[in-house]
Amino acid sequence: MFVKAELLCVAALCCLTNLALATPHIQNWQSASGAKVLFVENHDIPMLDVAVSVPAGSSFDTTEKSGVAGMTHHLLDKGTAGLSEDDISRGMADIGAQFGGSFDQDRASVSLRTLSSAAERDQALNIMARVLQQPAFPDAILTREKVRLISALKEAETQPESIADKAFQKVVYGAHPYALPVSGEVVSVDKITAQDLRDFYAAHYNANRAVVAIMGDVTRVQAEAIAEQLTAHLPVSDGRIALPAVTMQIPAIEQRVAHPASQSHILIGAPGMSRSDPDYFPLYVGNYILGGGGFVSRLMNEVREKRGLAYSVYSYFMPLKQPGAFQIGLQTKKEQADEALKLVRNTLAEFIAQGPTEKELRAARQNLVGGFALRIDSNRKILDYLSIIGFYDLPLTYLDDFTAHVERVTVAQIRDAFARHIHPQAMVTVIVGAPEAKAESAGGENK
Amino acid sequence: MRIYLFFVAMLLASGQHIAQAEVFERTLANGLKVIVKEDHRAPVVVQQIWYRAGSMDERTGKTGIAHVLEHLMFKGTRKVPAGEFSRQIAAAGGRENAFTSYDYTAYFQQLHKSRLPLAMKLEADRMHNLNLSAGEFAKEVRVVMEERRMRTDDQPQALLQEKMMAVAYQEHPYQNPVIGWMSDLESLDVTDAAVWYRQWYAPNNATLVIAGDVKASEVFALAQRHYGGIARRVLQPRRNFTEPAQLGIKRMVVKAPAELPQLVMSYHTPVLQQPEQDWQPYALEILASVLDGNESARLNKHLVREQQVASSVGAGYDSASRGPSLFTLQATPSTGKTVDDAETALRQEIALLIREGVSAEELKRVKAQVMAGEVYKLDSVFYQAMQIGQMESIGLGHKTLPVMLEKLQAVTAEQVREVAQAYLKDDNLTVAVLDPQPLSGKSSHKVEGADHVR
Repeated sequence: MFVKAELLCVAALCCLTNLALATPHIQNWQSASGAKVLFVENHDIPMLDVAVSVPAGSSFDTTEKSGVAGMTHHLLDKGTAGLSEDDISRGMADIGAQFGGSFDQDRASVSLRTLSSAAERDQALNIMARVLQQPAFPDAILTREKVRLISALKEAETQPESIADKAFQKVVYGAHPYALPVSGEVVSVDKITAQDLRDFYAAHYNANRAVVAIMGDVTRVQAEAIAEQLTAHLPVSDGRIALPAVTMQIPAIEQRVAHPASQSHILIGAPGMSRSDPDYFPLYVGNYILGGGGFVSRLMNEVREKRGLAYSVYSYFMPLKQPGAFQIGLQTKKEQADEALKLVRNTLAEFIAQGPTEKELRAARQNLVGGFALRIDSNRKILDYLSIIGFYDLPLTYLDDFTAHVERVTVAQIRDAFARHIHPQAMVTVIVGAPEAKAESAGGENK
Repeated sequence: MRIYLFFVAMLLASGQHIAQAEVFERTLANGLKVIVKEDHRAPVVVQQIWYRAGSMDERTGKTGIAHVLEHLMFKGTRKVPAGEFSRQIAAAGGRENAFTSYDYTAYFQQLHKSRLPLAMKLEADRMHNLNLSAGEFAKEVRVVMEERRMRTDDQPQALLQEKMMAVAYQEHPYQNPVIGWMSDLESLDVTDAAVWYRQWYAPNNATLVIAGDVKASEVFALAQRHYGGIARRVLQPRRNFTEPAQLGIKRMVVKAPAELPQLVMSYHTPVLQQPEQDWQPYALEILASVLDGNESARLNKHLVREQQVASSVGAGYDSASRGPSLFTLQATPSTGKTVDDAETALRQEIALLIREGVSAEELKRVKAQVMAGEVYKLDSVFYQAMQIGQMESIGLGHKTLPVMLEKLQAVTAEQVREVAQAYLKDDNLTVAVLDPQPLSGKSSHKVEGADHVR
């Protein structure tokens, strides 16, 4: 027994020096329809994952029609030419297929997981193809879903976390469409018509802007046919859709909102970085040290480990087409909210002024490089990377190069990148459930 | 929480052969059960250690101690200073956390396979060398109170759930929230933590599950090396609770700041005792899926899509737990509808089930989903390890997983109808309603109130 254990340890040491991993082999082509396709062939499990993404997120909404983008995405699988919503959900359930999707400021996507055996796969893809390319946007269902969404939005307006998120986006982004609530507003959703959805669909769900990610148990030939099947009949549009630029410099604003909750929900932030920012890796690695690295980050250490002031405290950059938000968040009981806020601000200011230590950077590198295998250990995770790489035009070697990029980051780069991107004197602070006296005097207004 | 708990036996349904590895197990001399699931798709491994001690083992006045101790397990040992556990795992590229439930407490790390020895060394060390100081306790219990405020006190639906459990169970400790009542958290001290640790943290009260790109024989050797030297303990006998029969419907209301009302209907139901012989828990699992297993399932189809009496609905049942179970229906009434309307609609669904049963088509659909789920499960090493750990911790054992899968496939439409008739009746029922209050009302409700991740 002991001999074996020793041998394993020796083997383990050898591995350590050579953590270079086999990354998935990504095949890439453009379908005849014009869609960008990324495919990883893998036959370990008899299943198939597919996701189709288009630039049709909430940032393509207008203030008056906020919610149209989300509702368009939501109604895709609620009826097509020839299939009722029940035909669609029953058709998928009958074969154990899982139909899903995601929606954010930039991207609308529809995803499918199915068994790869021919009968199941064909039925699932057939339904998915119709959902993507022949949505009917039935009036009666739109009416019903508007009522449901409006009641959910009203509920969200009573919950401190949602109130804080919404206020934060609004103050950080001002007139830029990233300020719009992802699912819309009560007033604007109420006005949505089926024609709005048809127009939005025709303008944004186009093959030449679509990214098809395919992962799993099919051959290249099959994958080519699938990509074609899912995109060949998407509407054609050559209109260029450009977003206005994000205003990076914002004034310092503190917004305090009264709420009967026992905790204050605190968000601090500003516009951060885009997916294509040349500082992506210095900011990413630096943020791991500041507030992204779970139990070992500076914020966690100061706020939770040393003082027990919060259960959760974090920071992140949301990398989008345009600079997404940099955000620090925490919740703490009202009576200690101001103490916690001060501590977080000091921690941030010190990090910006001095950057991380060499020791912290070494630990961050060890985690991000040593843990790289965990990022690509399932079909699901690989599928998500394919979608991101395709959608944000990242190099196909993104996964191969990831650890090298992390290894190259220096303390000076982090300090420099943070100093240029994050200005502690010009950030937004939103406190929902603010300590009573101050919240009442501020009355939820800016000050 | 509704999880389909089965195992890799999808061969039943399709003729396809999956590259599936066996599950290996061995019990060390000190009583630690070691279970290995090999999966060689990626060079990663997960270590999970499961202690058979959850909130249901707590005593009156000490609720929350299982979960507080879980937090304190990261606060250092004689050899490893506070915070160092997390730092070492992070530096090894690992991810880690822990969770406490009614039935068990578990800790895990996910890492590159080469770092398993480190994870084992650290996990074994804190099984018997934990440092418990009054200072760390005082700080950490404040973190737990913040966790409670965040997850329960300020979350109307969680609050409703907490209070529903307190009413549905008259005697069984499932009446207490896993995170503990606030007044108990305020009175716990480091001695309580030490008592709990000594009582339950022993190799003969634990299951070690390792899954990933490893060889079972090597894992057993490593486990022997790191855990083998820890002495077994005499475990105190556990209290067994038999929840007294409910003798009539219970109704309750929770007021909290919110916009939407909410209705929860919970029925007492049995759980698996003898997996080979039982049939009712399997029929209840199928019933839950017929009602809410997919978008076209009855509750969504009838209540949300057709009648539009609810804006969202749900049904849940868990057949595998140490204590008893509840079959739960829930609904959020649509705009203009009331909780009474929603309750009437849910009762009509139950009546329809009992009168006409379920169709062959519905049954087939649910079973197809179960079998497909068995294949999809192979994409997550972590989840496979979770299933094994849960089944061991609740006392059924992981070998029950394939049995459950077979038995689920054997459930008949008549059995589904029979369990609906037998259990979805008023004498078994607790109805809980969330009564939404305006935000401008009086300031925070001082109120007390599921699974907790560290």
